[in-house]
Parts: sequence; structure tokens; C-alpha cells
Amino acid sequence: MNPNKEYWSDFEGGTWQKEIHVRSFIRHNFTPYDGDEAFLENPTPDTLKLWEQVLELMRQEREAGGVLDMDTKVISTITSHAPGYIDKDKEKIVGLQTDKPLKRALMPYGGIRMAEKACRDNGYEIDPEIKTFFETHRKTHNAGVFDAYTPEMRACRRSHIITGLPDAYGRGRIIGDYRRVALYGVDRLIEDKKAQKETTRSAMYSEIIRDREELSEQIRALEALKTMALSYGFDISKPARDTKEAIQWLYFGYLAAIKEQNGAAMSLGRTSTFLDIYAERDLKRGTYTEKEIQEMVDHFIMKLRLVKFARTPEYNALFSGDPQWVTESIGGVAIDGRHMVTKMSYRYLHTLTNLGPAPEPNLTVLWSLRLPESFKRYCARLSIETSSIQYENDDLMRFNHGDDYAIACCVSSMKVGKEMQFFGARANLAKCLLYAINGGVDEISGEQIAPEFRPITSEYLDFDEVMKKYDEMMKWLAGVYVNTLNIIHYMHDKYCYEKIQMALHDKKVTRWFATGIAGLSVVADSLSAIKYAKVKVIRNSSGIAVDYEVEGDFPKYGNDDDRVDSIAYDIVHRFMEHIRKNHTYRGSIPTTSILTITSNVVYGKNTGSTPDGRKRGEAFAPGANPMHRRDINGAVASLSSVSKLPFRDAQDGISNTFSIIPGALGKDDRIFAGDIEIDLGCESGGCLSPTLFEGLDDNNSNQEEKQ
Amino acid sequence: MTGYIHSRESFGAVDGPGIRYVLFMQGCPMRCKYCHNPDTWNISGGSPVTPAEIIDEYSKNLPFYKNGGITVTGGEPLLQLEFVTELFTLARSQGIHTCLDTSGATFNPNSADSIKKHYALLNQCDLVMLDIKHIDSDKHKALTGMDNSNILAFARHISDMKIPVWIRHVVVPGISDNPQDLTKLGEFIGTLSSLKALDVLPYHTMGVNKYKELGIPYSLENVKPLSEEAAIVAKKHILDGLRLVRSKV
Repeated sequence: MNPNKEYWSDFEGGTWQKEIHVRSFIRHNFTPYDGDEAFLENPTPDTLKLWEQVLELMRQEREAGGVLDMDTKVISTITSHAPGYIDKDKEKIVGLQTDKPLKRALMPYGGIRMAEKACRDNGYEIDPEIKTFFETHRKTHNAGVFDAYTPEMRACRRSHIITGLPDAYGRGRIIGDYRRVALYGVDRLIEDKKAQKETTRSAMYSEIIRDREELSEQIRALEALKTMALSYGFDISKPARDTKEAIQWLYFGYLAAIKEQNGAAMSLGRTSTFLDIYAERDLKRGTYTEKEIQEMVDHFIMKLRLVKFARTPEYNALFSGDPQWVTESIGGVAIDGRHMVTKMSYRYLHTLTNLGPAPEPNLTVLWSLRLPESFKRYCARLSIETSSIQYENDDLMRFNHGDDYAIACCVSSMKVGKEMQFFGARANLAKCLLYAINGGVDEISGEQIAPEFRPITSEYLDFDEVMKKYDEMMKWLAGVYVNTLNIIHYMHDKYCYEKIQMALHDKKVTRWFATGIAGLSVVADSLSAIKYAKVKVIRNSSGIAVDYEVEGDFPKYGNDDDRVDSIAYDIVHRFMEHIRKNHTYRGSIPTTSILTITSNVVYGKNTGSTPDGRKRGEAFAPGANPMHRRDINGAVASLSSVSKLPFRDAQDGISNTFSIIPGALGKDDRIFAGDIEIDLGCESGGCLSPTLFEGLDDNNSNQEEKQ
Repeated sequence: MTGYIHSRESFGAVDGPGIRYVLFMQGCPMRCKYCHNPDTWNISGGSPVTPAEIIDEYSKNLPFYKNGGITVTGGEPLLQLEFVTELFTLARSQGIHTCLDTSGATFNPNSADSIKKHYALLNQCDLVMLDIKHIDSDKHKALTGMDNSNILAFARHISDMKIPVWIRHVVVPGISDNPQDLTKLGEFIGTLSSLKALDVLPYHTMGVNKYKELGIPYSLENVKPLSEEAAIVAKKHILDGLRLVRSKV
């Protein structure tokens, strides 16, 4: 007997009915959609009215200097606040982080000082009793980390050779499989977690004890999730019955996570194709119309646009704005070769039309050459109109992560519910090069940070000598860096554990140990200058190399020139090899990323002059970008340099920030550069000569074939 | 054979169909008042390249160019006609789509040698983008320093060879936006049998800074950029002329 017959009827069965396995459910039931966007519906009057109210609230928030209201008394938990609404009668999907829209919750478990400062900088004071409590009775993640840091780690942090560490704020980058709430109902999930707890090993090593404690926390979080939903009038102990419930159940799962954690990225996962299965069933059954389904999606996305956290101005400066990274991954291709674009993929993107453009949720299309043409065109058109879609290479990521992964933050890919990431900020490889030259002395403070290696004393830099010393210095840096992160993640698990998110994961989770690199193009160009030109060292009175004079020209990263692109490749590979030599917390698999999108400015500010001719304080290029204005052969050459970097060493992502004036991409409303829009205008009555028409038709059909 | 180039653009999205590798040749015989690349004028400059090097660079990034190809522009590519012919011959032998973006200024219909050389090059072109600066010969001369008789003859020659051609026309306020001239231009291009597209480009001032850097006086100092709307109107005038002549056929 299937106890869930009532909820699961008309779905094709599979492994997913026997165990928690959302991918199996999707695989057996999703309907790829090859058509175009013509079926999409406009917003309903309720949607428009609700959105107007939200816009008004956002306007008030801006006027109030960026924050409308903050909670200073109630520590946020899954059940801490009474239900909140924008306009209860109009909302098809409900649930807010606190009892009022845009009121930011108080989340001190990452660090009480950060929580306090976030309030103070926005003109609020947290309840002194809460402050005292967290300073004397309940330790935070931040306090734990600083108890364990070594003097060397503190020095590295101070000198900015390692920056942006999640040691005072929530690490984020974990995606709960919120779909499980809809497909199975919370009771089944609790049952599963209880079974997991019963089957832990019985010899009580510390890992087993930790597992058991965490599973208990997870079960409690799931109970709390039910209670929270109940306060909104929904019993989510059983599976969702239809589209509306599926969206609502799923959103409650996500809402619980953002009530509990203020993480550096709180991504949603890959939900659209999952939800489409419910929508297809309802459309067939006549339960809901297309208009009603779009309305639910609009209201759901509206909620995601309201997600906010209490943060400090410094945090916002580092991340450029006030981002939440509510990333939703759309599309992609299944392992069996079918594309995974569904009508729901269109409905999600259509919110950009119905509600207007917005940076959040971060709608991310998993792009593949094999996506249906009509969807590609729709995305491209919407990108032109709204500039609000992110694209990522599914053909590249599917190889490692299969067809049910999602993006956390901007590029970190992980199998939903099966993999998670320990977020690891970045090591400054450009500064590391300067340490190699200066024997571990910081070029700005003059302080000995790294071990006292022998500095380079020659007037001109010799490539082999620099490379040898640089390799040693990278080895040292990788060691301190990984061990710093080991402490951070140990303490985060201990004091700021992501209960509900981990409750929506399998028991056995693959953990990625993320590290990151800043300043790659500075290093590549510097080494290229040393190798192919002559670099003269300028030292100050204490003998510290503080500036460099480059004599002659040298190949620059970003021009598809293998002489320097191979240096960039080599640096990434070497550094990753050094990372791999270290023990990583909790059996996690090390990886790295090259993706500073905004913090490159801050890294540059804290780094002295470099041998590529970059002066002290000048910004690094973002991510894996070539240095500004050094790539002179156009975008393809520039991108080709980037694409040579080894993805298997930098699986957490390689970013290249690229902007282009619209006019350089094409004319008028041409969607793809390949389209030839030859509008001879029939407005005056179809008086084109047949010859011309035929000619034009031929031209167009050739283009189609080539694609 | 060595050619001299001003620069290369590996991501050209507006110089022919698809994403294209665009080669800017060094040197130009014209001195169009609105030219936005005056740094390509000088005939003696440029960096040396060979056709094989260019094809190499192109082939490395083939996936980007699957709907595109190579466009040679300038400067005036016809000043290095032999080089471009060799490059295009090599490209075509590898199935690469070739596009020549030219003003046609070097063509001489009265010289058998010139016709032969241009014929050899056109034979290797999948597409020609011909820039007709002005349909009125005197105004053409005032604008570019040369009259347009050879250019119009070149257009006719391309049409006779049935090489697909796009006509490009820059509309400069007060200089090339006269409705009668535009209609006349339409009437002319309407007679070109291999015409595939018309590309009307509004005059812009993005090149002005280059003049300052090069110390060349800019004669259109007081001319404002043409609005998109005005460009659409100009295009209509050209199409009017085109329809007129086509309806008579």
C-alpha cells in the first residue's frame, strides 16, 4: 500500500517512492517543453496591486537609508515570529522572515558583534540583555574561531593576504532541498531522519557523537518547520496536493532556512522543473488555469524579492550592494539527453516581465547548446529587455554534477540535497608573489608575516629564481589558509549549524572545501613581465621591494597568447596542488574558485606595486579577468585566455566579468548576432519585388541551417 | 605574404553575419570627414601578419565563429588587395565565410589590371559590405576627398559577379541626410541584383577623441550625432527609392 496515493496519483512511480530521491521523481515525470512563450499569462489585478504595495515598501526602505525596520529584541528562529503578510487576502503564497515585510531579523549566532554593528550602523540598538547573554552565556561562531586562531592566522588576516573569511558572519552556500517538503511532507522527512539517527554506529567516536547531535537538531528543525507553517494555517506534515501547495510547501522550507541563517548566499536550488510536474498535472485535471498558476509563481517570486538580512556597510562594500544570492537554477539538460526546459522555466523568467526586472532572485539559466531554440531566443530577448538573467555553462558542470545540481551564490555548483560547500573566501596570490620577493615581509606594513625566507636581492628579477621562491611561498600560504578555514568550519558547525538546511540533505553529504584565488591576472602578467621583459626592483631604505620598473613589452594575459596563458594555468594548478596537500575538515574535498566579482577593488587596495607595472593600491581585475585594458584583441581572445584555465582545479567556478555596449552586440532588436534583420518594411503595402524577397529568404534559411 | 594591420577584433558582432573575427587593415586612401578610425589612415604603419597566422588565430576559437567568419575592414583593405586575396583564398579552402568591408575606392574600371585583381579577390568573397558614402559625386568628393564614379562602378561589378552585397550608408546630419539624395541612393542600389541587405548607420562622435590624440583637426566639430529616429527616416527614404526602381522591373 502506498500511503501517499492520495497525493501522488497520476505521477509515474520510481525509486523516489521508496526513498527520498527528488531527482528520480523529476526524471520520471517532467515534460520538456519545446514551444515558445506564447502561452504565458499577464499579471492578475491582485498581483499588480500586491506588487504596487511591495514597491511602495521598497521606496520607503530606500528613503529610510536602506533599512526600513530591524528586530532588536527577538532572536530569529524558524518559529520566532508571528505570521507576516503584505496583504493577506491577496497573497496566494504566504510567509515572511519576520512579522512585517522588510523588517530585518536579528541573527547573532554567527557573531554578536557583527549583529550589533549591523543594527547600530543602521540606527538601531540591540537589546542589552541579548548582548550580555551572547557575551557571557552563549558563545557564537565568531568567538569560537578567535579562540582557536593562531598568531600566524591573525597576521595573515591583518595583512590581507587572506581576506573575506566567513569568521564573523554566516558562511551560506548551502542549498537545502526544499522540494522534499512538497514531495514528501515533513512527517516522512522526520521519519527518515529518525531512521538515520538509529543507524549511526554505536562506538562513540567524536564524529558519531556529532552526527547524532546534528540529526537531533535537524529533527527539531523539521518539527519547527511544521509549527511555523501551521501558524500560517497550513499543515505541511503530508505531501503537497497540487501546484499551489507544492509552491507553498517548498517556500516554507526555504523560509525556515532564511529565518534561521543569515548566510553569505542563501540560494533556492533548482525548483522550476520540479514544480512544473505539479502544474502539468493540475492543467490536465483542470484544477488550475494557466493564469492561476502564473499568479502563484508571481507571488512566490515576489516573496523571494523581499528576502533581506541585517548587514553592515563593510559587508555591503565587500559584496557590492546588499545581495542575498537567492539563486534559482533553470533549464539545463538531463543525463538521458532530454533538455529540462519546462513551461515552469518560462513562468519563472516571465516574472521579469510581470513584475519588472530585478536582481533577486538571481535567475540563472543553465545554458547548453542543446536547449531548445525557442527557449534560447526567449532568454536572449528577455536579457536584452531586463538585463536580469545569469547564464552558466551546463555542458561543463553536468559532467561533474549530473542533472540535478544547482548554483549556490553566483557560480558554486552542487548536487541538490547531496552536496554542500564550506565557503572559503580568497587568498591573495598577488601579495603572495610580493612575499616571495620580500622574504615574507609585507610590502605595505613592513611586518614579517610569512616565515623568514631569503628575499630576492638582485636588481633585476630572474624568472627561475622568482618562480622557485613563489612556489615555496604558495605552499606556505595554502597551509595557513586551509587550516584557518578548518577552524572556521569547525566552529560554524558547532555554534551556527544550518539545522533546517541540513535536514533537507541526505545523511551522507559530500562536502566541498572551497578556497579561492584573488589577483590571478596580476600574477600571470607579473611573471610574464619577468620572463619576457626586464623587471627592475625598486627598494625602500629598509630594503623592501616596493616598486618595479618594467623595461620592454611582454605578452599579457587576455590576448589568447599561450606564452602567458600557460603561466596562468600553471599558477592555478600549482596552488591547488598545494591546497590538496593539507588536511581538510570533515572529509571535505578541496576545490578553488577564481571569482572575485567586486572585492577585487578591496584586495587591490591592500596590495603593493607588482612586477607587471600595476601600482600600489590599484584594483585587481575581477575574478579571472585580464587586467583592465590589457586585452586588446577583443572579447573572444580575452575569453579564450580565461577558458584555458583548468576547470578541474577550479571547480568552484571561474568568473569573467564582461560588459559591452549594446550597440556592439547587434543592431535594433536582433536577438542573436547571427540574425540578419533585413526589414524592408511592408508597412506601405507589400510592394517588395519578388527577386529581393527570395534572396532574403535564402539568406535567412542558410542562417538557420548553420545553427 | 605579409599584410600590415592596425588591429584585430576577435568578437565582431556588427560586421557581417554571426560573430566574426575582424581584421582592421592599416592605411586608407580616403579622408572621410566623419571617419571614426583616423588612426588607420597612415599607409606606412601597422603590425605585420601573415594569412596563415590569422587563420591560426581564427581556428583556435572556431566554436565562437560557427555562424560567423572573417571580416576584413580597415582602413581600406583594397590597399592590400593581394594580401586579402591570399587570406581569403586560404580561409575559403577551410570553409570559412569571408566578408570584405570596403569603400571600393581603389577600383579602376578603365584598367584591365585593376579589374583582374579585384575580380580575383571578389571571387574569394562570400559577402561584400560596400560603403557608399554619398550618391552625389560632388558631395561625395567634398565628404571623402574622392568622387564616387569608381565606387559605383565597383558596385555594379560586384552585382554582375553575383556576389552577395550589403550596402552600408552613414547618415551625417546636413551632409548625407538629404531625402532626394537618399532616394537616389535607393534607386541605385535597387538595381544591384545581388543586394542582400541595407545597413543604415547613424553618424556618431565616438571617434572624435582619436583626432585629438593624433593632433588632426576634426572638421565636423559642430555636427551632432544622428538620432536613431532620424536614421529610420533616412532608411525609409532609401527604401522608397529601392521600391520605386524594383517596381519598374
